[in-house]
Amino acid sequence: MSGTFVSGMRTLARGAREEPRLFGLAVVGSFVYGAGTAATGWLVGRTTERVVVPAVTGEGSVDTGDVWLAGATLMGVTLVTVVGILLRRIAAGATMYALQARYRRRLARRYLELPLSWHHAHPAGRLLATAGSDVEATWQAMAVLPFALGVVVLIAVAGVAMAAADPVLAAVGLLVLPALLAANVAYQRRMSPRVARVQQLRGEVSATAHESFEGALVVKTLGLGEEEVERFATDADRLRAANVAAGRTRGAFEPIIEALPSLGTLAVLAVGVARAAAGDVSVGDLVQIAYLLSLLAFPVRSFGWVLAELPRTVAGDARVQAVLREAATTPWGARDLPASQAPATVAATGLGYRHPEPAADPLAAQRRGPDAPARPARREARPALADVTLDVAPGTTVAVVGGTGAGKSTLAGLLVRLVDPTSGQVLLDGVDVRELAEGRVAGAAALVPQTTFVFDDTVRGNIALGLDSEEVPADRRVDDEDVWQALRLARAEDFVAALPHGLDELVGERGSTLSGGQRQRLALARALVRRPRLLVLDDATSALDPAVERAVLDGLADSGAGTTVVVVAYRPATIALADEVVHLERGRVVDRGPADEVAARDEGYRELVTAYARAARERGEAARGAGMA
Amino acid sequence: MSATTAPSPADRRREGVLRRSRELAPQFADGLGLTLAIAAATTLGKLVVPIAVQQTIDTGVLADGGPDVGRVVLICALAAAVLVVTSVTAWVVNVRLFRATEAGLANLRTRAFRHVHDLSVLTQSGERRGSLVSRVTSDVDTISTFLQTGMLVLVLSLGQVVLATALMLVYSWQLALVVIGCFVPLVLARHQLQRPVARAYAAVRVRMGELLGAVSETVVGADVIRAHAASARSWRNVDAAVEAHRKQAVKAQVATAATFSTGVLVSGLVVALVIVVGTLLGVDDDITLGRLLAFLFLAQLWVGPVQAATEVLNELQNALAGWRRVVDLVDTPVVVPDPAPERVRELPAGPVEVRVEDVAYTYPGTDRVVLSGVDLHLPAGSRTAVVGETGSGKTTLARLVTRLVDPASGRVLLNGVDARDLPGRELHRRVVAVPQEGFLFDATVGDNVRRGRPGATDDDVTAAFADLGLTAWLEDLPEGLDTPVGQRGERLSAGERQLVALARAHLADPDLLVLDEATSSVDPATEVRLQRALEGVLSGRTSVAIAHRLSTAEAADTVVVVDSGRVVEVGPAAELAHAGGPYSRLHAAWTAQHS
Repeated sequence: MSGTFVSGMRTLARGAREEPRLFGLAVVGSFVYGAGTAATGWLVGRTTERVVVPAVTGEGSVDTGDVWLAGATLMGVTLVTVVGILLRRIAAGATMYALQARYRRRLARRYLELPLSWHHAHPAGRLLATAGSDVEATWQAMAVLPFALGVVVLIAVAGVAMAAADPVLAAVGLLVLPALLAANVAYQRRMSPRVARVQQLRGEVSATAHESFEGALVVKTLGLGEEEVERFATDADRLRAANVAAGRTRGAFEPIIEALPSLGTLAVLAVGVARAAAGDVSVGDLVQIAYLLSLLAFPVRSFGWVLAELPRTVAGDARVQAVLREAATTPWGARDLPASQAPATVAATGLGYRHPEPAADPLAAQRRGPDAPARPARREARPALADVTLDVAPGTTVAVVGGTGAGKSTLAGLLVRLVDPTSGQVLLDGVDVRELAEGRVAGAAALVPQTTFVFDDTVRGNIALGLDSEEVPADRRVDDEDVWQALRLARAEDFVAALPHGLDELVGERGSTLSGGQRQRLALARALVRRPRLLVLDDATSALDPAVERAVLDGLADSGAGTTVVVVAYRPATIALADEVVHLERGRVVDRGPADEVAARDEGYRELVTAYARAARERGEAARGAGMA
Repeated sequence: MSATTAPSPADRRREGVLRRSRELAPQFADGLGLTLAIAAATTLGKLVVPIAVQQTIDTGVLADGGPDVGRVVLICALAAAVLVVTSVTAWVVNVRLFRATEAGLANLRTRAFRHVHDLSVLTQSGERRGSLVSRVTSDVDTISTFLQTGMLVLVLSLGQVVLATALMLVYSWQLALVVIGCFVPLVLARHQLQRPVARAYAAVRVRMGELLGAVSETVVGADVIRAHAASARSWRNVDAAVEAHRKQAVKAQVATAATFSTGVLVSGLVVALVIVVGTLLGVDDDITLGRLLAFLFLAQLWVGPVQAATEVLNELQNALAGWRRVVDLVDTPVVVPDPAPERVRELPAGPVEVRVEDVAYTYPGTDRVVLSGVDLHLPAGSRTAVVGETGSGKTTLARLVTRLVDPASGRVLLNGVDARDLPGRELHRRVVAVPQEGFLFDATVGDNVRRGRPGATDDDVTAAFADLGLTAWLEDLPEGLDTPVGQRGERLSAGERQLVALARAHLADPDLLVLDEATSSVDPATEVRLQRALEGVLSGRTSVAIAHRLSTAEAADTVVVVDSGRVVEVGPAAELAHAGGPYSRLHAAWTAQHS
């Protein structure tokens, strides 16, 4: 609790330093509110003393003008208080939202900078939640913190006013404050583990729903609906039980926190009468103290709100900072590639790569506690790539051939520096890609992945990816003509032209849905519009029908005079376009050379490439055999 | 708060919402009457302090013959006792309410969840998955926030205001009118003021959705962004979305603050007026000092509810919006409904014979014809391959046969029974489709395969892989069956995921197996081996394979060629290859690439 308190307050202090103007305004507003509210209570007491009691009991003569003046003064103080409240609420909200915005921008920048190996080790859903709900949780307390600070002023001013009226009654009344504070602390202590459990179970319910909906097709096709409903109902029921447990505690706290100030007021009344009987206090003093106490009852709860928010502040900030402080970066070099339109040379020496272990949630360990059984040690998976060496001469085409899981996609990603190798190096035009400045590799080389991401944008936006912006130098800027030309080359011209809005058609999540083949062709156009000097096709034509694939590859061959191509492929026709093949097996190069030579000496390669043809031949023979029998 | 005006259309909608809530989550109503009765009694506790103040002043401090200490102490002790009792009853109310609402909400969540799975596969891919998830999570949470805090506050506030007003009228009807005259217009105005606030927050939620969309591209699209050095575009998008959200949120905050401060202003006015008018009344002996001072405390009983009303109305708006979204989901008609009980038929045992009779399919809500005039007969135990260009309607044909969608016209008969007369659960136990993207759950390889037949042992699972000739692959995994596959199976390659999906379908032991490009990402050597293994596994079952690799087609008894939504050729592959039709052309292109 105290650890949470200190680190939570430290985070909030950092936020205050980062938005000093807004936070300062909120605190000033809150001070005005606190002082104004206390002044109201004091005025009520004084007015009772000087105006109300003499007038009502008839023990003195009171001018009607005095009565109205007292009312007007009270109204004036209320107006000032209201201005304070407006300032406090608006500025506190603005502080919170400014901090949210600041941290979301920082997180998005980090996401864009962090190496892909880091991305691959972190589930996308969690990164998204960090930018969304974790940032929100971190700064939620900022909306109430200025209020609580104002309440400190309120208590101080009210305390002085009460003590001035009668120190003994003030002491009796103010006893309520430590009682309230103790109730709050006890509540937080009991409540935090319950709230944490509710949060965790809520996350589990959400994760189960997300996964289940994502796999809806499989759930349906296997008739697993009932099992899934049962799985979800179990989670939902655990959440229900946790919510009820939390509600039990909360349900007891609320009445206590409301009853305490009332009990305090009753105590003040009882003691006050005795003091009045002794002639130590007047009715006005009594009213002032009782009324001030009633004014304190609600604002004092703001401390509880801040306390309640702090665990979320700490948890949210831990997740946010885990991303912001992440040491992994893509270290860009400073070198440039010589300006050239000529096809690139690409080479790899002793390349090795091991997939990153999935990263643990920064809060998971703390949530599970020390007693949780550790995951059994895993047998280390073999590296995705080991000691891969190859060189591709400018303008040539190399086909990378290998079975499922051989490491072809990993190699493709390494060649364009999507990830950095665990060992060895990749040379582009003779320069280690890690020494090149940011954007240089992407400027020379383009990768078309097997399945691609389609942005929630127009067709044009998806292909240009920002290159159509005014800010791009004219020689690199992409216009509609370039986009159409790339689409033509990718054999996507016809289907894009048939879309209702052509290049302006929204595709991606909210737009029209594209088939797998259409997405691949869009990805191909996205690469081609950049006129790459090195083109890496990672089985990028697999979703295309044979005839379409043929057309795309022919088009590439016709226009590809200025491009070095590395293509991951199985089909003999694709391989036939290659000057050289590289056969990968279980992460290692087992053979390389001209296709016919490799085919002649490498049985595994032969089996892979001629599988269909052999299968067809054997079937033919079997059919003939059956026919003769 | 709306009790003071005639029921508006919004109120009537609200009533409908309440009735529907009873149907969807009957637990809400469990013991509600008693809970509300106890809650009403609890509000009596609120009057304790004002009454004690009045009594202390009028009969204690100002008692004839000097302050009566004993009487005041007795009054205060009594009052304290009432406070303690009502605090306990308040706790009881809270717990009862939590129990009932949480039970109802858990039920509602599960109900919505079930409905998502009942909905057509098409409806789901159309809507954003994230929003479906929020139906069963955050939308239900907004309802719970309202029911557990807002609704109670509303009930207690109403009771508190009624009791306070009654006591005020007893003490001084003139002063009571002053207080009511100040607060009632405020309550009515609040109702109006609330609308812009609600609109502003609705806009904030939309901006938040856009913000999350922009951020998600930097995460999900990270590979593409890096590959094409397109991060400038992404951070421009994120910055714009973040700034739009911040601006709208501040706007909403200003609206809330303005609404809130009107309440403070009016309560200040009430205190001033009570003192001014009370004093003037007191001069004429129309009110005692104790009653006048009690009014200062009674007026505060109005302030809380009036201030809370804003927040509660906010929560009510959120809850209603959340509720409407959940109900809209639950009330979305199921496109592929289970048959009415009187129509339910059983699928006769044994391999399934499929008849497709004059079937047409149109995308729901559009006039896009995907398939028309399709007639097919697939004998029990036959192996059929469906080929055709991208977008020709192959996948839709597969979905019709497995009843993932229903035809717009015509019918699909399985063993002579209309597929629409077969309950989904039984149907999908016997008729299994393996889609191209064989989704895996975040569990081990073994657990994923076990999904095919819940309760299967590790040996069953291992045997399923062995049947498919995949033992070597399985043994190469770092932890064999216990290897975790990661979210969506991302720790395996696309081809490996397909292998697991196939093993899962095989373990399900279906009578009709439909493979929709289920081996498209597998390497050729493995695919050919799989193909051979499948030939053994599939004997005694009916199978349909959608394929763009013609190797699959050639292994089938019959090839069905689909073109532009029509079946254009049916026959054995060997015959069609030389028939000079569409298949011949596909075959020629294929052969050119693979030899």
